[in-house]
Amino acid sequence: MSVRHALLALLSEGPKYGLQLREEFEARTGEVWPLNVGQVYTTLQRLERDGLVESEGEDDGPQKAFQITDSGGAELAVWLRTPPDLSSPPRDELVMKVLVAVRLPGIDVHAVIQAHRRYLVQLMQQWTRIKDGDAEDDLSLALAVDAELFRLDSVVRWLDAAEARLRRAATTDTGAIQPAQGPLPRQRRRTGARG
Amino acid sequence: MSMLELRQVSKVYGHGATEVRALDRVSLAVDEGTMVAVMGPSGSGKSTLLTIAGSLEDPTEGEVLVASAAVTRMSRKDKARLRRRTIGYVFQDYNLLPGLTAAENVSLPLELDGMPARKAHAAAVAALTELGLAERAARYPDELSGGERQRVAISRAVVGERRLLLADEPSGALDSANAEAVMRLMHEACKGKRGGAAGGGMAAVVVTHDAQLASWADRVVFLRDGKITDQTAPLAGPESLLAPGLRS
Repeated sequence: MSVRHALLALLSEGPKYGLQLREEFEARTGEVWPLNVGQVYTTLQRLERDGLVESEGEDDGPQKAFQITDSGGAELAVWLRTPPDLSSPPRDELVMKVLVAVRLPGIDVHAVIQAHRRYLVQLMQQWTRIKDGDAEDDLSLALAVDAELFRLDSVVRWLDAAEARLRRAATTDTGAIQPAQGPLPRQRRRTGARG
Repeated sequence: MSMLELRQVSKVYGHGATEVRALDRVSLAVDEGTMVAVMGPSGSGKSTLLTIAGSLEDPTEGEVLVASAAVTRMSRKDKARLRRRTIGYVFQDYNLLPGLTAAENVSLPLELDGMPARKAHAAAVAALTELGLAERAARYPDELSGGERQRVAISRAVVGERRLLLADEPSGALDSANAEAVMRLMHEACKGKRGGAAGGGMAAVVVTHDAQLASWADRVVFLRDGKITDQTAPLAGPESLLAPGLRS
């Protein structure tokens, strides 16, 4: 989440004070991403240094109002249309745990998968209760909750798919997935094709 | 009160080498006003559990109670009455009768149960209206969208004095917005906010492999190889996931 650009977006509606920006940021993001006031002022200072916003008045106190500059508006327009970098997969802790569980002897990988699946579904139940309650009259919150539900859902689907793949591997004799045993074998050198 | 109770229910198909144990000593109790989701991969026994809970099939072993009555010991006639009067079913493919209008589809089980046609029609229209389908009551299923068809099926499942709602992948054929609408309606019927028997709401069992749907349930049980292997419990920590201190 780019706080910098979210603040520019709020300022594109007109001049605002720091505290006001924090409140509006949280309201617009359905209060899913909390923001501390220090973060707001630090970000505003940087935006001002870069010429993207300007402030009115000399004080550095809460009464100082900020407004967006022309180059701030241009920066915002570019940011909105620029896809975030999703090209390299994130280092996902849950994926790592399952990959490790598959390799470790004496570990029931299905039990590991189920522990994660149960937790994810419990978390989704909490989000769904929010959707059913608070988010019914709050469009921003409903959108943010949907995003979180789809994200968690994709992880549950991955666990389902991983489990199905592991089961298939266990019933075929490809030996594709075997727990690591003892030291790694020395790589055999092959000198030519064999019949 | 438990509206549905399965006690050590097993279901075995075939004999000897071809024997398949679809359910293996499954116990489950669902109270009025409670929605339970059953999750599991294909072949885990989800649909068998639902057909046995709905008295469409008999268990090989164990006991099934609906509204405290032992279904396993009922005559065929009593079971049929229980299915018409107390249990509502929602299926992935809607199972509406193509030659009947939406209202006729909904009123049919009431009429079969002996309700005069005019009264049954009024109850059907009321149920359709509750689910936002007043305008569609005279339409035939092939004139309705998928989401509307499933809402007709839900009306049919909650109309009258139904106490137990059983759903098998109810939104499997729908896009995510319609799927959410269907789950919301079933959730509301279960909580007594719409349709269903007056008062405490219905007990509901929803079979699905979809975690987003399952997350509407009060409790999610996980089925694997015919056994209940796990279930959700409320998470420790704050009730709301929203930023603390912002809502009071």
